[in-house]
Amino acid sequence: MIDMYQEELLEHYKSPRNSGKIENPSVEFHDTNPLCGDEVTVTAKIKNNIVKNLKFESRGCAISVASASKLSEQIKGKTVNEVLKLDNQFVLDLVGVPISAMRLKCALLSLKAIQKAIIQYKEK
Amino acid sequence: MKQLLDLKSDFPILSQKVNGKQLIYLDNSATSQKPQKVIDSITEYYSKYNSNVHRAIHKLGEQATLKYEEAHEKVANFINASKEEIIFTRNTTESINLLSHSLQISKKHNIIVTEMEHHSNLVPWQQICKETGAELRFIPIDKDGKLNLKKIPINNNTRVVSVAHVSNVLGTINPIKELSKMVHQYNALFVVDGAQSVPHMKVDVKDLNMDFLAFSGHKMLGPTGIGVLYGKKELLKKLHPFLTGGGMISDVKKDVSEWADIPNKFEAGTPNIEGAIALGAAVDYLENIDMDEINKNVKDLVSYLMKRLLELDNISIYGPENGDRTALVSFNLLDIHPHDVAEILDKEGVAIRAGHMCAKPLMDILGVNAVCRASPYFYNTKEDIDHLIKSLKKVQEVFAK
Ligand SMILES: Cc1ncc(COP(=O)(O)O)c(C=O)c1O
Repeated sequence: MIDMYQEELLEHYKSPRNSGKIENPSVEFHDTNPLCGDEVTVTAKIKNNIVKNLKFESRGCAISVASASKLSEQIKGKTVNEVLKLDNQFVLDLVGVPISAMRLKCALLSLKAIQKAIIQYKEK
Repeated sequence: MKQLLDLKSDFPILSQKVNGKQLIYLDNSATSQKPQKVIDSITEYYSKYNSNVHRAIHKLGEQATLKYEEAHEKVANFINASKEEIIFTRNTTESINLLSHSLQISKKHNIIVTEMEHHSNLVPWQQICKETGAELRFIPIDKDGKLNLKKIPINNNTRVVSVAHVSNVLGTINPIKELSKMVHQYNALFVVDGAQSVPHMKVDVKDLNMDFLAFSGHKMLGPTGIGVLYGKKELLKKLHPFLTGGGMISDVKKDVSEWADIPNKFEAGTPNIEGAIALGAAVDYLENIDMDEINKNVKDLVSYLMKRLLELDNISIYGPENGDRTALVSFNLLDIHPHDVAEILDKEGVAIRAGHMCAKPLMDILGVNAVCRASPYFYNTKEDIDHLIKSLKKVQEVFAK
């Protein structure tokens, strides 16, 4: 009935992976979804252009928290350029449930945040 | 008079199904639905007498002008003002921007708003304070979601006090008469954001002694793109124009212009003619039901809504007790984000709003980043609310998995 709220997704919402903040991160970036007030802070450790570790501190809906959680598992070990190349579809496939047009921004918030963080890191 | 319960059939949109379920529309504080009569008034305008207003010397132009002016008159009567005191704008937001730009705020002034304002009645003042060096001050709110009248930061330098009549998040009905008295003792201007009050209750600008009142047509059965700024005649005459150009002048030379009389001075360019006419039709519809009936009906629905919401476990409800509120109820279900609540309700055919409600400073005070808001209008029924409650229980079940 309610396709979007499958148990697996809710499980990520209730116990998000890589949640919180890294101490002394290489980069930190805060982003919000102004439409709904969802917030995410990403902190990452980057070494030799590889994302060694990252955490998302999310305050938001099930879709945005679960997508951050699932994304965090994928990003560790990727190079910064690989992360910058990830597209929206990558996240949607990860989330794996139909996302309505109004909720796209929620699903994509964490990807945008880590990408902006990396751009900021590269500019340093 | 028709029974209020029968009125849903006047609103064609309400008979549809969404996601296979009967639509239950409870997002009226964002925008109301439109009765057939209002929809017809727009079709009629475009199929029978579409023409630009004011300067046309032909039959259609005359008819459009008369109807457009009649709309001013209808809105004026609706709030107990006179015709020239009604300025048509796009919406509440534009009405307040008009004021903030036209009032000639200066560095020595302070402007007072409240902690419960919609961004529409905050950001324009914030901006004008930035530009002029004036100071922005706030009337704080209490724990129960009412203004703390003992802490009004007014003094002799206060130029404007601008307050929502009804809060779009808390539903609080603010004590406009009391505030008006105090504001005028300091010779400040009293501006009221009536976006959430004018649709629901008889607002008499004279009785409440408002200097200015801003509201939106689309929240009171009218179309989008038409709003109102009421201003006391003698004040509007002194005010500088906001937008300039055609329609708002009495004479133009190469180097200088003179302004038209009010309200034209503030209605530059071709106005939203069909919007004004349709707002007139909306006012006719509301008056035909009677604003006191609507007020009573909505208050009853809100009090029923409060009572039923309180039956749920793990719910926080924001704003004052029954009696001091109307229009809407904002709430949160523990550990479930409002967006998820709204999404699941939508699957059940129930439309509510979820988010920061364009009141971020208030969200900060409430310590949340979003709320759920259910807002009935007079065409809603207790059954609609029962359906909402049943669906909210479903939401809790989904998240309890
Ligand atoms: C109290 C209040 N003020 C102002 C507004 C802004 O209205 P509009 O978007 O029509 O300008 C709203 C509408 O959401 C409101 O509820």
